[in-house]
Amino acid sequence: MGLMDRHALIEKNATLLLVGSLLVVTVGGIVEIAPLFYLDNTIEKVEGMRPYSPLELVGRNIYVREGCYLCHSQMIRPFRDEVERYGHYSLAAESMYDHPFQWGSKRTGPDLARVGDRYSNVWHVEHLTDPRSVVPESIMPSYAFLKDAPIDVKDFSTHLVANRRVGVPYSDDMIAHANADLMAQADPNADTSGLEARYPKAKVGDFDGNPQQVTEMDALVAYLQMLGTLVDFKNYDEAAGYR
Amino acid sequence: MKFGTQIFALGLFTFAALVAAGFGVDEPFRQHMWVLFFVLLGFVAILIRNSNFEVPASIDPSAYMDGPIRYGAIATMFWGVVGMLVGVVIALQLAYPDLNIQPWFNFGRLRPLHTSGVVFAFGGNALLCTSLYVVQRTCRARLFGGDLAWFVFWGYQLFIVMAATGYLLGITESREYAEPEWYVDIWLTIVWVAYLVLFLGTILKRKEPHIYVANWFYLSFIVTIAMLHVINNLSMPASFLGSKSYSAFSGVQDALTQWWYGHNAVGFFLTAGFLGMMYYFVPKQANRPVYSYRLSIVHFWAIIFLYIWAGPHHLHYTALPDWAQTLGMVFSIMLWMPSWGGMINGLMTLSGAWDKLRTDPIIRMMVMAIAFYGMSTFEGPMMSIKTVNSLSHYTDWTIGHVHSGALGWVGMISFGAIYFMVPKLWNRERLYSLRLVTWHFWLATLGIVVYAAVMWVSGIMQGLMWREYDEQGFLVYSFAETVAAMHPYYVMRAIGGAMYLTGTLIMAWNIGMTILGYQREEEPMPGSVPALQPAE
Repeated sequence: MGLMDRHALIEKNATLLLVGSLLVVTVGGIVEIAPLFYLDNTIEKVEGMRPYSPLELVGRNIYVREGCYLCHSQMIRPFRDEVERYGHYSLAAESMYDHPFQWGSKRTGPDLARVGDRYSNVWHVEHLTDPRSVVPESIMPSYAFLKDAPIDVKDFSTHLVANRRVGVPYSDDMIAHANADLMAQADPNADTSGLEARYPKAKVGDFDGNPQQVTEMDALVAYLQMLGTLVDFKNYDEAAGYR
Repeated sequence: MKFGTQIFALGLFTFAALVAAGFGVDEPFRQHMWVLFFVLLGFVAILIRNSNFEVPASIDPSAYMDGPIRYGAIATMFWGVVGMLVGVVIALQLAYPDLNIQPWFNFGRLRPLHTSGVVFAFGGNALLCTSLYVVQRTCRARLFGGDLAWFVFWGYQLFIVMAATGYLLGITESREYAEPEWYVDIWLTIVWVAYLVLFLGTILKRKEPHIYVANWFYLSFIVTIAMLHVINNLSMPASFLGSKSYSAFSGVQDALTQWWYGHNAVGFFLTAGFLGMMYYFVPKQANRPVYSYRLSIVHFWAIIFLYIWAGPHHLHYTALPDWAQTLGMVFSIMLWMPSWGGMINGLMTLSGAWDKLRTDPIIRMMVMAIAFYGMSTFEGPMMSIKTVNSLSHYTDWTIGHVHSGALGWVGMISFGAIYFMVPKLWNRERLYSLRLVTWHFWLATLGIVVYAAVMWVSGIMQGLMWREYDEQGFLVYSFAETVAAMHPYYVMRAIGGAMYLTGTLIMAWNIGMTILGYQREEEPMPGSVPALQPAE
């Protein structure tokens, strides 16, 4: 009885066909994905990575909400032209607290992995409000409505708790101060010493040109301004990080 | 009372939606729950209208259950037009950015509406209705589970409406082709398991000893999508009365999980399922048996085993470890063989019936679909080679590749299947017009050719401009200059898409008139009637 004849067995038994095909399709995922969770060299050892501050996380959620990732990548590949255009190639460690990742798959606009500190807050607000006023060739939509949208969260600590449940190391202190930190980061008159201790290198002050109100524009610009600024590449050991 | 429990249960859910609309913690969630409330209220109203106290007439258990399939065929056409129309709109937004209307109709919110609209609403309904059509006829059994098929159909439409309105409101997980948030994902899981029970249950009560090959593909598509959907969408809601959730995985693990899902949404949703369609409708329309039984066995097992590995080719040269990238590339290249196995089996089914290409525009459509399947399953492995990918990734070339597969293969084979099914489902002698099918065929084919060719040019140009250096070693182009260079190609791409959409509109007209029972008086297709010989 040849192999092909034996196949009749499967063709006559739906359960066998179901279980057989399910087994066959699980193999690839197990071999490729599962090791990423326990192989130590998947994520490089770097200094400077920290969880997002509440305002940055709100900004990141707006970035996700507006589908920015559909046109902007956050993943610089190790090619000469990309490194010259955008900066040091992206490390796995730089997105280790990203739930979900925002690497993107398309560059209708430029990569944003290291856009932080490249432009002023004023430029970002102007660009998000009317992209073609600062980049005539741009085909980006306008996001002027963010300036008029106050941040819409009742209790942001629940978001930090949700992140902690999936592995982001938010401390009790961070969670307790979540709502205060959220408002303080964009308030030029607030005392931000606690915030800056909890979230080193966080940018503070008014972002959107309107110090009276903390808006979605404040949050989005705060997020853009921190992108790629955390890891200190002067102390990064390239050879040790090689995968 | 007919529908008594259903009306009661649905009423409870409607009330729950109203409560959630009142107590939701974020504005988009409250708006979304209002949408849900009104949709469910509509369902309740329809059920009450169709309710009565008469004893239902007994159903002939040997007759096929075609009601949900008729609705599915109509839903396929409706969502096809909607999804493709949104595609043309966002293509025009790229060419003319002033067409963005913030916040609801910005590109970033409309793009998932387009992809989900064509993949899950158009493609999903096509798969749903053809699979239920095929499984009954090849098993010679009525659908399992009574009204379960209706639950699957309407449940799936509810999923589509919730996903689509969610995108416009800004509710998204940002996982490409799996954007809906946690509560919509849970609903889809319930519907999908019901679909699996419906399909498997029908196979189990079959009167044919063998399970026909089309059903292997449909079954593996249903079960694999269940696995992919559940694992990729694992996430932690910030509140059970809020729209926002955070993915269970982060960074590199999250990326590979997503593209393991993403590529197999292509591999199982858009390939395995539609191969099932090919294995039933092509032999039926050509009136020829499947070319090779052995080839179908070999390529079935090979394709479902290999496809799952191909995900990492979406992450070449990223922070994903090299070993995973290499594995993904190797398996993607191997995938070429079983893919062409399927293409050969489909094309060679026409052996001895090639003359029908001249006279039967539906066969022509199916053959063009298989040809595009072969084309894009060659292009795909080629683009997964790391050196090629370093140029093609992040560019429009990828978009062009997807569309030659989606418009060419998925679209054309679905159109062929619908053209085949509709006259039979409504007991019509023939379609309203075969000549309109010919118009549809040429508009669609030319539309794809324009689209794909333009995207090749613009994608490769874009990739080359990004990496162009002058003799002093400086980058030649700023990013903004490469954006400006895209404009003419974005315009031409929109024209290609509009041609394809026009073809689909013609089809919708043709199908609508067929359902209403009209027949267009027209000359028969040239060559379909033998020329009369003069008497001697």
